Amino acid sequence: MSDFSGTLTTDERVASPSLLTRLAVRPEIGALIGALVVFVFFSVITSQFVTPAGISTWLDTSATLGIVAVAVALLMIGGEFDLSAGVMTASSSLVTAMLAVKLGVNVWLAIGVSLVFSLAVGAFNGWLVMRTKLPSFIVTLGTFFALQGLNLGVTTLVTGTVQVSGIAAVPGYASAGYLFASTFTVGTATFPISIVWWIVVTLLASWLLVRTRFGNWIFAVGGSAPSSRAVGVPVGRSKILLFMMTSGAAWLVGSINILRFTTVQANQGIGLEFQYIIAAVIGGCLLTGGFGSAIGAAIGALIFGMANQGIVYAHWNSDWFKLFLGVMLLAAVLVNNGFRARAERVRR
Amino acid sequence: MSSLLEVRDVGKTYGSVIALRDVSTVVNAGEVTCVLGDNGAGKSTLIKILAGLHQHDSGEFLFEGEPVKLASPREALDRGIATVYQDLAVVPLMSVWRNFFLGSEPTKGFWPFRMLDRRKGRDETRWALADMGIDLRDVEQPVGTLSGGERQCVAIARAVHFGAKVLILDEPTAALGVKQAGVVLKYVAQARDRGLGVVLITHNPHHAFPVGNRFLLLKRGRSLGCFDKKDITIEELTRQMAGGAELEALQHELRGAAS
Repeated sequence: MSDFSGTLTTDERVASPSLLTRLAVRPEIGALIGALVVFVFFSVITSQFVTPAGISTWLDTSATLGIVAVAVALLMIGGEFDLSAGVMTASSSLVTAMLAVKLGVNVWLAIGVSLVFSLAVGAFNGWLVMRTKLPSFIVTLGTFFALQGLNLGVTTLVTGTVQVSGIAAVPGYASAGYLFASTFTVGTATFPISIVWWIVVTLLASWLLVRTRFGNWIFAVGGSAPSSRAVGVPVGRSKILLFMMTSGAAWLVGSINILRFTTVQANQGIGLEFQYIIAAVIGGCLLTGGFGSAIGAAIGALIFGMANQGIVYAHWNSDWFKLFLGVMLLAAVLVNNGFRARAERVRR
Repeated sequence: MSSLLEVRDVGKTYGSVIALRDVSTVVNAGEVTCVLGDNGAGKSTLIKILAGLHQHDSGEFLFEGEPVKLASPREALDRGIATVYQDLAVVPLMSVWRNFFLGSEPTKGFWPFRMLDRRKGRDETRWALADMGIDLRDVEQPVGTLSGGERQCVAIARAVHFGAKVLILDEPTAALGVKQAGVVLKYVAQARDRGLGVVLITHNPHHAFPVGNRFLLLKRGRSLGCFDKKDITIEELTRQMAGGAELEALQHELRGAAS
């Protein structure tokens, strides 16, 4: 016999669940186990993986992936996709760089204009999805190609090449760079500031999701938009805000990239949109919406960061990373479906 | 005393299709008005007008004595008309208490740090459900793990808790077994006894008769009449529902074929 403990507010029919059962229904748990396995694997087979420089490198890769993946996770919980998020990172870098380099605008102002541009694209995505009632997959596939074309077309028109560089000479670069692209030291290791942004974005998104009213609406509009509308939740406004948060996160990563590398290629960011979605799915987001976790998506991004760099340290061909992506995605979807079946099981 | 809600000769057309024509009924506080009819009779058109999803084209819709034309479900809710839809009552993957407070979440703190008051949400949900006599094991469990009847009950309790004056129930017993349907009807009676005006849509006269005070019969978008309970028997109700004379003819035909 296990001893019974309970308070006045608990029902005697609810057995205090064991730690293991409680963990098993968390959406993040699969991702956490995956992250541990990947970490141990590369720690054992490579020598650089757990050195301070090694850790800094894979954390940085995870961070720039994770910032957008967390926002994409919220959007997916809200029942929508954004395929334009990857290219959006390049678009926002390009807007900042062209304004600063070609027009001599202060870097801070250029970043501000770029933010407005990104949010506008997000709002347009959301508005179009809500207005046309088309699947967001199709609408954002459209913006994905449109932005890709704009990135290359406008860059070639303005600069005659497919890149913009030279932002380091523009006023405001040093202070903006301090915020977005500096480094900090812990012990003997140097870490990029992007890691701090990643953690802050993850914590904020997680708080928003589970502790606020808007978070409740995110789950609701993704779980069942008609039911939410029937009880007065502003479905359209909520979803448009989620699209704007996603493009805003892409702007943040774009700003980090342009200030760190001082150069941006017009064809950057293509293919990242799927990595964001896969990270969110590995983190426990259902493809059908209504369920998932921001922390899970951050852990999903961590798995990718570790695998991406681990494959380099192991001296394997980087093509294997794509295989890893595919296998992880399939495994995660299968695990999530199992969970969904449990959560939605109807007893009649 | 005027009725809580009244419709007089309301009609609705979708393009050239007349979905509803000249339908009149009243809903009083503390009474149940049942809307009965077969598929395509215009039941859902009528409740969509009452719930604010559609607007009527002709006739009058009076709420608390004044003529209204509801622009949205939100306006209906704000006026105190709550609708529980058969399949859209709840979000299955969300917990019972998050569903209960969806759209009216309790918060604490100041913007931008305003958060959900989770303790209040959980406690009030448990309290409100217990008050309606609904006994749930755990308000943190996803609504999807509840039975169909329990889901309807949670939705009814939600409407009562948030101060609805009129409760519209769209086929609450349609997908349920006999026992479950009985449980739901018990909560319909509870809501009625608390002074709510209830509109119960169903195609089952055996569910309607025990709780109803008034029966509106619809057929092909028209009203076959609105009867008080004292003016009609369950047999007559069933006969009218099933198509009256048509059914008798059919029975006759079938009997003839069998012999």
